[in-house]
Amino acid sequence: MSGIRVESLTKEWGTVRAVDGIGFEAGSPEFVTLLGPSGCGKSTTLRLIAGLEQATSGRIVIAGRDVTGLPASKRNLSMVFQSYALFPHLSVADNILFGLSIRGVPKAERKRRLSAVVDLLGLGRLLDRRPSQLSGGQQQRVALGRALIAETPVCLLDEPLSNLDAQLRAEMRNEIRGLQQRLRITMLFVTHDQTEAMSMADRIILMRDGRIEQNGTPVDLYERPASTFVARFIGTPPMNVLDLTPVDGGLAIAGSSGPAVAPSGSSPARLGVRPEHIGFAESGLAAIVQSVEYFGADTITACRVGQQLMLVRTPGRPALTPGTTTHLRWPPAAAHLFDATTGLRRDAPLQQLKPDAA
Amino acid sequence: MKTSRNAIYGSLLLLPAAVLLWTFTYQPILVTIVDSLYSTPRGRRPARFIGLDHYETMMADPVFWKSLVNNLIYALTTIPLSIGLALAMALLVNAGIRGRALTRMAYFTPTVLPMVAVANIWMFFYTPDYGLLDQMLRPFGLGGNNWLGSSETALGALIAITVWKEAGFFMIFYLAALQQISPALIEAAQLEGAAPSQVFRRVTLPLLMPTTLFVAINAVIGAFRLVDHVFAMTKGGPDNATMLLLYYIYQVGFSFWDTGYAAALTVILLAALALIAMFQFGYADRRVHYR
Repeated sequence: MSGIRVESLTKEWGTVRAVDGIGFEAGSPEFVTLLGPSGCGKSTTLRLIAGLEQATSGRIVIAGRDVTGLPASKRNLSMVFQSYALFPHLSVADNILFGLSIRGVPKAERKRRLSAVVDLLGLGRLLDRRPSQLSGGQQQRVALGRALIAETPVCLLDEPLSNLDAQLRAEMRNEIRGLQQRLRITMLFVTHDQTEAMSMADRIILMRDGRIEQNGTPVDLYERPASTFVARFIGTPPMNVLDLTPVDGGLAIAGSSGPAVAPSGSSPARLGVRPEHIGFAESGLAAIVQSVEYFGADTITACRVGQQLMLVRTPGRPALTPGTTTHLRWPPAAAHLFDATTGLRRDAPLQQLKPDAA
Repeated sequence: MKTSRNAIYGSLLLLPAAVLLWTFTYQPILVTIVDSLYSTPRGRRPARFIGLDHYETMMADPVFWKSLVNNLIYALTTIPLSIGLALAMALLVNAGIRGRALTRMAYFTPTVLPMVAVANIWMFFYTPDYGLLDQMLRPFGLGGNNWLGSSETALGALIAITVWKEAGFFMIFYLAALQQISPALIEAAQLEGAAPSQVFRRVTLPLLMPTTLFVAINAVIGAFRLVDHVFAMTKGGPDNATMLLLYYIYQVGFSFWDTGYAAALTVILLAALALIAMFQFGYADRRVHYR
């Protein structure tokens, strides 16, 4: 049974289409991430599902029940807000119990559920504090507690980690993922951070301009990006996407002296190669090293090929200095072909990406 | 060395404010307390120390008691009524109604008008026979009221004016506070299943408490301080029905020139206000602020 099903959902603000007829499904249990740059409609989609906005058209089904016309309170879901939305006048315990007391859940039941949530999130010593007396991470936990105590089959999270510092964010990432797996619920998680999406999600829905650009597992999005947009959104540094020109025996990188890097097709194409799949070699594509950035574990080398720039990510310390001429190579399976006009993926589905064969 | 220097700088920076505060607030209070223990000087007879004589007179003064009771009724009705009305108006103009800007302005207008102008308008409303109120009531056979001229209705008539004037002022504070409340809090409450009345009672109202405290303090001060309309409309009459404490002090001090007795009355008013302020800041303040 599906946790959430969305069918041709549309939301218009005046003449602007924030969400443009999207459809997807989130299983139960499943951790689904709505990913995209700001303004892509991911938060609006979440708010439509939550019932905080009314859809212009389309259908929302939660746990097999059509909730499109229902108010937020009747949709049987919980939500964690970006700002946490904790009630400043209530203690931690009262914040977590707010929904239960509104719904008139008996005292004994409240107590039982509270202690379960408190154990789950390690909030034991904080129950009497006010939100203003908590750190950001603690507030985050309380907000999670308030969502989880409702024991709803669906939990929505709107950029819940964006207000935390980097280390805490990594911790909470694991924790939230762990909670979802332990409780076996549907979590729909909105973020603009591709690292969060890649590391947490069972499935990523990448949105752009109110539409779904690609809906797949993190592996799908990384290994088989559906378009140049997806290709450049997932991965740091982003995938190199290069213009091609026809030469003898196929297509070569525009401005380079060869060799052919892709078979010629019927329409203009672009080539995508991830920086981490490129290696330096004695022969191959000639390039001039332009700059080198050292990060400790790896080094990113910017190389000029004709008029275009390619980033190369190699493990360890930099081996080359700017100005050096070198050659680049990558395994054939690491090359992605995109249509130059539509930006959509053109080649056949890739088999398993092989580890460095260069 | 350094710290003592800092202390000197600090004191010097505080000096102008301290001098002003002393000259215009604390010293007059002290002088008033001292004066209240002396007789009123008349002609060639200088003031002499009479101890608590003025306070004894006060205890036996029916006009003082009348003005005190009136002031209590006045405070206990105008404060909750104007605060309640202000909150209701703020909620209304904060909601997405049409003509919101116009409504806000209309609610705020009474505050902007000077009290004497307001008194003139309300004089017309209250005029027997051809005043607005009587004209409206006449079709129902309820005309012929002398709102300001009869001792049963005069105080109520002034209370109505005060509520009308103060509510718009307090509304501005409530409106500002309402707009400070994060919409996410309201959404979170709705998501948890709270009906609009529950959202108001359990989220909005508690979050407005600091504003309510502030407004209440202002309302209390106003209830004892605002006597312009008594001047303009009733002069405390009829039969002291609208005599308020401050107006009585004015009358004793500047009409009867009994400055000693006026000083004693002032001390009582100050003591009452100080007590209320201490309660509000000491007790209520601790329960009301969350941050």
